[in-house]
Order: sequence, then C-alpha cells, then structure tokens
Amino acid sequence: MGDYPSRSENAVTGDPGVAPRHTRAAGTGVSPSSYDEPPIGGGGALPRKKSFSMESGFRGLSVAAGAMVLVIIVAIAVFLISKAIPALGANTENFLTYTRWFPNESNPAFGIAALAFGTVLTSIIALIVAVPISLGIALFLSHYAPKSLATPLGFTIDLLAAVPSVVFGLWGRDVFQQPVNDFSVWLNKYFSWIPIFGGEGPFGQSIMLGGLVLAIMVLPIVTSLSREVFQQTPGMNEEAALALGATRWEMIRIAVIPYGRPGVIAAVMLGLGRALGETIALALTLGLVFNISFNIIEIGGNSVAANIATTFGEANETGRGALIASGLVLFAITLVVNMAARAIIYRRREFRDSAA
Amino acid sequence: MAKRIEASNVSSYYGSFKAIDSISMTVEPKTITALIGPSGCGKSTFLRSINRMHEVLPNARIEGSLTIDDQNIYDPDVDVTAVRRLIGMVFQRPNPFPTMSIYENVVAGLKLNGVKKKSLLDDAAEQSLKAANLWNEVKDRLSRPGAGLSGGQQQRLCIARTIAVEPQVVLMDEPCSALDPISTLAIEDLMFKLKDRFTIIIVTHNMQQAARVSDKTGFFSIDKTGDPGRLIEYDDTQKIFSNPTEKKTEDYITGRFG
Repeated sequence: MGDYPSRSENAVTGDPGVAPRHTRAAGTGVSPSSYDEPPIGGGGALPRKKSFSMESGFRGLSVAAGAMVLVIIVAIAVFLISKAIPALGANTENFLTYTRWFPNESNPAFGIAALAFGTVLTSIIALIVAVPISLGIALFLSHYAPKSLATPLGFTIDLLAAVPSVVFGLWGRDVFQQPVNDFSVWLNKYFSWIPIFGGEGPFGQSIMLGGLVLAIMVLPIVTSLSREVFQQTPGMNEEAALALGATRWEMIRIAVIPYGRPGVIAAVMLGLGRALGETIALALTLGLVFNISFNIIEIGGNSVAANIATTFGEANETGRGALIASGLVLFAITLVVNMAARAIIYRRREFRDSAA
Repeated sequence: MAKRIEASNVSSYYGSFKAIDSISMTVEPKTITALIGPSGCGKSTFLRSINRMHEVLPNARIEGSLTIDDQNIYDPDVDVTAVRRLIGMVFQRPNPFPTMSIYENVVAGLKLNGVKKKSLLDDAAEQSLKAANLWNEVKDRLSRPGAGLSGGQQQRLCIARTIAVEPQVVLMDEPCSALDPISTLAIEDLMFKLKDRFTIIIVTHNMQQAARVSDKTGFFSIDKTGDPGRLIEYDDTQKIFSNPTEKKTEDYITGRFG
C-alpha cells in the first residue's frame, strides 16, 4: 500500500482526468484518504472512449494487411486459372500425362509430366545433398565452433544466400559442369548397374548438375535458419542433458535436435520452395529435354520454371496459356509440399506448445 | 550408494574473475548439506564445481581439489560424463526436456547409459517416479508431455530423472525457489526420503528450509561485490542456527545483513 504515492496529489491539482487510463489500474492502492477528495475525472462520469484513436487506426491497418494476403493469393489463383483454361481446352493431348511441349502448333499438344518430374527430381536431389550438409554446418556453428570462428563463418554463409541465381546458373554451366561431367563418367563406369547412373552418355548438362547447383543455392537458407533454431535451445535443457552425463553429441541429440525439429522442417521446406521455383539456374544447367528418365547423369532434364523462362519468348496466345497452366501445376506442388510440412509440424504441437 | 565429498582449497573462476576463494569442506555420505548465503556469493558456483558443470561455461576453470571417496574428479584421466552420472544435479528452474513425454524424461539418463531393454526402463521409470513421490499423480499419463505438468510436479519429474541413473550424490541448486509452498513441502519431504540413499547438497535462499532439512549448513559470503565468495562457517545446522561462531553468520541468519 504505502509504496505508491497517494493519488490525491493529482486530484487536487485539478488534473482534468484525461490521464492515460493505465495509471489508474486496479491495485495501485488508492489510499483511504482519497475517498474524501473529488472523484478522479472532476466529479463527472468516467471518461468516454475516444471514437477514433491510434488504437482503432492501427487495428484497421493490421486487419487490412492480413486481408491483403488472402486477396493476393486469390488474385494469383484467378489469374492463373483464367489464362490457363482456354489453352487447356485447345490441348489435343492429356495435359497431366503427356510429356512433350508443342503448344504453338495449329494442333496444340503439350503435357506437364516431364516438366513436373524434372522439377521434383532436381529438388529432391538438391535437398538430399544440401540438408545433411546444412545441418552439419548449423550444428557446428551453434554448438562446436568458437565464437570467433562462428560469427565470420555464419556471415559468409548468409552472403552465399545473397548471390543472384543467374550467377549460380552461369557458374554451374561454365565451371561446375566439367567436374560434374568427369564425376558422371566415373559413376557410369563403376556404378552403371544402378539405373540412375546408367546410360551411354553424353553426360554433362544433366539432372545431377542442376540438382547440385540447386543444392548450393538451398544450402545457405537451410543452414542459417537451422542455426538460428539450434541456438534458441534453452540453456537449461542443454544443462539438464549434460548433468545426466551426456557427451556433447548426446546433448545435441536429446536436447538440441528435438527442440529444433519443427524449425528445421520449416527451414527445409523454405529451401524446397526455392528449389522448386528456381528458374534461371536450371534453365542454364539442365539439358532442357522433354522426357521422363530416372537417369540423372545423362544430358537431360527440364523443369516447369526453366521451361517457362526459355519458351515464353516465342510462345503464341495458346503457348502462353499453356505455360501459365504449367505455372498453376507448380503452384499446386508447392502448396502440397507446404501443407505436408505443416502437418508434420502440427503432429507434435502438443509437445512444443507446452514447452513455451 | 552414497559417497563422501571432500573439497580442499577449491577456487573457481569465470575467465579472470574469481568467483569463489579456496573453499574446503567435507560432506559425509547420506546427509543433507545446505549452502546458504546472499546472492552472488558463489554457492551455486561451488555446487556446479562439484559435478564439473562449472566448466560448461566458456572460460570457466577451477583450482584446488575435489574428491569423491578419495578419487579426484578433476583428474585429467577422469571421464567428465562419468562424474556427472555419479553426481546428479537438480536445477533451480524445472527443466524437463520439452519434446519428451514424462516417461521419456525419466529414462533419458538410462538411455544415455545404453539401457535398451523395455522392461528395465519400465521398472526404473516406475521406481524413480515412486521415489520422487510423483508416481500416483502421473501413472495414467506417462506418455503425456513432461512440460505439461505443474511446476512442482515438473521439479519432482526432474528429481526422478536425476535419481533414475542411480547417482551417488544429488546436488540441488535452489530446487524450490520457483515453487509454491505446498510444492516446496513436497520436495522437502522427498529430500528426507532420498537421504537414505543419496548424499544431498542443496543451495537455498530459504533459511527456514535449510534449518528444516539439513544436517549441516555452510554459510557463504562476500565482503563486497566483485570479491570472491568464501565459506564463512560450516557446521551442524543446529549449531549454525542457534549459536553460530562467526558474527557474520549470526547477522545473516537473523536478517541483519544486506
């Protein structure tokens, strides 16, 4: 009680009573003597709520910002669908299963199968290569490296994320292609009994080259997000593990990784999002061939986004519609991937929420 | 089951800052020893030095010797994880692993030790939870998240997790400071029960608690901020709280200090 200055001082100075409401919050201990003073607010009713204030203005702004997301999503979907329908109607082949792409002929024939296949396969290869490396780097930076090393190294990795994708594409085509080609020849020589490494050649601008370039592009995103998540592991959980006699790695296994799992999944999904949507790097490194083959080292491969970039220029009305339809498929693929990720994260929500 | 701890001239440092200055004390098996003193006087640092958790912090180091039944725990050849399995620790804030169920929390230490057999783990979980006076409250929901329990239950879960690996010594760093009086009482009851099996050292700010539970009490203090903490007096709890030798101790326990 006595800790608070008496309110009566304010009241007798004739304060008109528009003081911010929180200064009169309950429990601030109005001393008994103040009951004798005129009531706060000059004796009238309680102050009225303002009809317009920062509060309602800010609420309006944030509601508008939230609604904007929905509007944009719906607008994109409407745009894609309305442009795609005429082209799909003119298609003489099955859009989902046909592998070739001849939308500009008088009898348009095009299908998404090979493109979607290439998109997914390059992305999967990229993730298979990038995720373990990223997690290794992230754990090294967050739990092994001394601070003097972790800071510059983390900065370098963030820098890698800032390299434009066209630079990766050019580098992949002009520099990285040769070593990948040599590696492909070697794989083909010793492992051709595995179908993905089979074939007669020529090698080079292959699914593997595209996938590896994508892996390098995905790596910084996954690394820096995972690192962030790993660093947020509560120190008291790490200490609990150590105090039970865990080694550093055991501590990471029982405290850091489980805690970071939802974040890591989100990071991987963001990486996958980048890989699926990547355009120019794949247009420069893939063979741009319309076929479905699990052989990842022979020249070949194509992706939805790369195909849009390379064929949009010479497309006619139907051709553009066809490309937009392929964009719609890409949109659907990313949507499914994202929903799957949400489902995985949601499954163990009970454990995560109660931890907060 | 319980072992004697002997500290001689233990000084702990954080970088160049000396946190405690040549502490020497002997803790007998199957007793409860309370460490009391003002904040920042090095009680927790000393406690964390006993199971080598002090060195987890960057640049932390220690001088002097600490032995458990005449084995030097700071011997360079000693495996630090073995020391921590031998000397368990309960922290100030309950810290069950948030991603694990109640059951998984209790057996986490055993799994680290390579115990895989389900029946052994089940037995140990039940025994430890019973020993921690938690079994009746959680036996129907062992697969629920450990972090979903109340604060007092979480702390008892952490105690169960600590004693599941059958340590020799249990260190408790202000285990009740985040708990309400009823939960505190539950933990104190538990300490009496655990005394039959373990040597317990507890850091506490609650002098009544020290007087209630401990056999021996050590009073730590610092002269002024920035000075290392020292052990002012270490004696039977009875003596410390009724007739302390040092003037400083008397001032502290009667509340005429800081």
